[in-house]
Amino acid sequence: MDMSALNPVAIAVALIVAATPLVFAAIGELVVEKAGVLNLGVEGMMIVGAIAGFAFTQETGSTTVGVLAALIAGALLAALFAFMTQVLMSNQVATGLALTLFGLGLAAMIGQPYSGIPAPPFPELAIPGLSTLPVIGPLLFAHDWLVYASLVLTAGVWWLLNRSRAGLILRAVGENHDAAHAIGYRVVAIRTAAILFGGACAGVGGAYLSMVAAPLWVEGMTAGRGWIALAIVVFASWKPWRAFLGAYIFGGVSIAQLNLQAMGVAIESQYLSMTPYLVTIVVLVIISADKARARMNAPACLGRPFFAAG
Amino acid sequence: MTALLSIRGVTKRFPGVIANADVSFDVQPGEIHALLGENGAGKSTLVKMIYGVQRPDEGTMFWNGAPFAPGSPGEARAAGVGLVFQHFSLFEALTVAENVALGLPAEQAGRDLPERIRRVSAEYGLPLDPARQVGQLSVGERQRVEIVRCLLQSPRLLIMDEPTSVLTPQEVETLFLTLRKLREEGVAILYISHKLEEIRALCTAATVLRGGKVVGACDPREETARGLAEMMIGRELAPPGAPSGTSGAARLTLTGLTAITTAQFGVSLRDISVELRAGEVLGVAGVAGNGQDELVAVLAGETPVSPAMIQLDGRHVGGLGPTQRRRLGLNVAPEERLGHAAAPEMSLTDNTFLSARTRMRLALRGFLRLGAARGYAAKVIEEFDVRTPGIHAPAGSLSGGNLQKYVIGREILQAPGVLVVSQPTWGVDAGAAQAIRQALRDLAAAGTAVMVVSQDLDELMEISNRFAVIAGGRLSAPRPAGETSVEEIGLLMGGKADAAA
Repeated sequence: MDMSALNPVAIAVALIVAATPLVFAAIGELVVEKAGVLNLGVEGMMIVGAIAGFAFTQETGSTTVGVLAALIAGALLAALFAFMTQVLMSNQVATGLALTLFGLGLAAMIGQPYSGIPAPPFPELAIPGLSTLPVIGPLLFAHDWLVYASLVLTAGVWWLLNRSRAGLILRAVGENHDAAHAIGYRVVAIRTAAILFGGACAGVGGAYLSMVAAPLWVEGMTAGRGWIALAIVVFASWKPWRAFLGAYIFGGVSIAQLNLQAMGVAIESQYLSMTPYLVTIVVLVIISADKARARMNAPACLGRPFFAAG
Repeated sequence: MTALLSIRGVTKRFPGVIANADVSFDVQPGEIHALLGENGAGKSTLVKMIYGVQRPDEGTMFWNGAPFAPGSPGEARAAGVGLVFQHFSLFEALTVAENVALGLPAEQAGRDLPERIRRVSAEYGLPLDPARQVGQLSVGERQRVEIVRCLLQSPRLLIMDEPTSVLTPQEVETLFLTLRKLREEGVAILYISHKLEEIRALCTAATVLRGGKVVGACDPREETARGLAEMMIGRELAPPGAPSGTSGAARLTLTGLTAITTAQFGVSLRDISVELRAGEVLGVAGVAGNGQDELVAVLAGETPVSPAMIQLDGRHVGGLGPTQRRRLGLNVAPEERLGHAAAPEMSLTDNTFLSARTRMRLALRGFLRLGAARGYAAKVIEEFDVRTPGIHAPAGSLSGGNLQKYVIGREILQAPGVLVVSQPTWGVDAGAAQAIRQALRDLAAAGTAVMVVSQDLDELMEISNRFAVIAGGRLSAPRPAGETSVEEIGLLMGGKADAAA
């Protein structure tokens, strides 16, 4: 085994890069689920965000425009989901699955001309003085601005859900939509807003993959990260900081298995590639074994359609 | 004196139904005004219009003489209308303070809210801890949350929809004290209830609705409960038959029945021992959430227990499932009509298979006998006067009362040896309730042992030979119905077993 390939700082930085798209997607989906909607289309919204971000960056030369385009693309796809499930009352699970398939296909089609082109460099937000410090410099102060944005997003969502009236109303809608409606809250409008927010977050998460992590466009490059984001939300019991932690654990497992592969560990690489997904399943099974605890934080109306009965 | 709320010629139509037709009445300040009517008489629609959830198609409402047309509950609340819902509009996972905040305008839901909740709740004798999670509160405490939420907005008109159906007699007394105090402060109360004795004790005016129309107005203090009931249903009530009183051999024996639950808001059953004899109706009273659901699930076989804990005609059946128990003659009609007793999307014919398959031989070697099932469904409909387009109607399309008649009838016509029913007349209007109670009594008279689990004390008083009270998962020793006062039962329901002993 070749241990010299292991550079702890480089691994830690790689971990952050691997985790950030998951943070965006998971925090977005967390807000959606807290409003009582189960959108299984995260994967589709991510990949559409990935190609939109990449394509707009290529065409305009501006990564900012690229990120904005990804945000809007994710939200547009989510708007389709919102229209189907909140207005036309279609089944959320089926619509979410369809959204994923649709998103994968759409992104592949748009992405044809962009295959194999390297992305322009993403600007890093190096903090002068601090970023050159050994170890903690590259670890804490030399990332692109999206990494910091993901932190701000997590903190913001935590504050919104737990400290603001808007968050209280959002949780109320997810907990008991009939009661929320009876008191006079506009359940469909609130849920639609949450769905759009979730889509925008997933879009940015996808763009992070194609613009920073890869950074190039490959068909199907989300590779199931949308599903992992969904799993993280449950694993985190719908708590933002736990979702953040979850994203870093899954990111960590992904990076660890890549490094193990690079070191030439005598395990078939296919098995190693499986590990992040296997860990997802194992963690989910362990968490959901304690049903009473899982239920306490789960939004009681999750996935249930709301009909305004007068 | 200008009326606080005047309703003039209000009409509301829904596809195929006229919910309210030309309804007019006045509510004066400082008056407790009863709104009476059977299910489907149009009370809820009227309340929804006053509360801004729906708008009248025709007619006008006046508030202190000025036209009043709230476009949303928020507008109605701003005008001074408070509503305590029948099915509480509460959020179990949130705290009391959060629940209250959701019902207040943003500027009133500041940091001082917990303190204001404590103050108002103490002032009106409704103690509440703002930091507790609503899911952990009793039903009576939950109602307090609703009331306090209204009171914090200093309402001029408080609408109470079936407020006492879930309370112990003592809790009802406390509630009435609060309502009378509010009335003295000049608040008008619109009080909706099926319980006519309560209305006679509390209300000073009444408007009676039938089929969406106002059919009478009276001072309930000057009427008898019977007179009010007949005004509501528009015909004379059949007098209830006397309890048979004779009871034979023990059919169902519970011995040290214990079932520990791990569900978050569940109740564990502890050491329940009781004998249910042929020919008697045993009433089980109790406030909701004291183990009734768990007891019914255990008797149905949905929750298995150790075999000797439940004996049916001397056989140990505690470990058997629902189908095996039915085959032996133990039938259970659960409380929840839709989704538990009946599958809403399925036809009445298909719904016979749910519980009558074994005893009525509706299936043979894995094949359904559709003809037999249709015949059985038709028989239930006919004998129990179920109002429905036919046996092909989906169960969910029936009104609550009719579906209840259907699911109870489906069990009764199987002639079980033991029948356990939960909340047989919950949300059922007076006429249908009477029919269901009579059917249960007739069944007992024919030799079946009947157990009725209910929160309606008047109902249990009327149909039971013996009474037991369930509180905190324990069942009191049964006592003859005639020898127990409502006060004693109330104390038992509050869990004070020794106080009533």
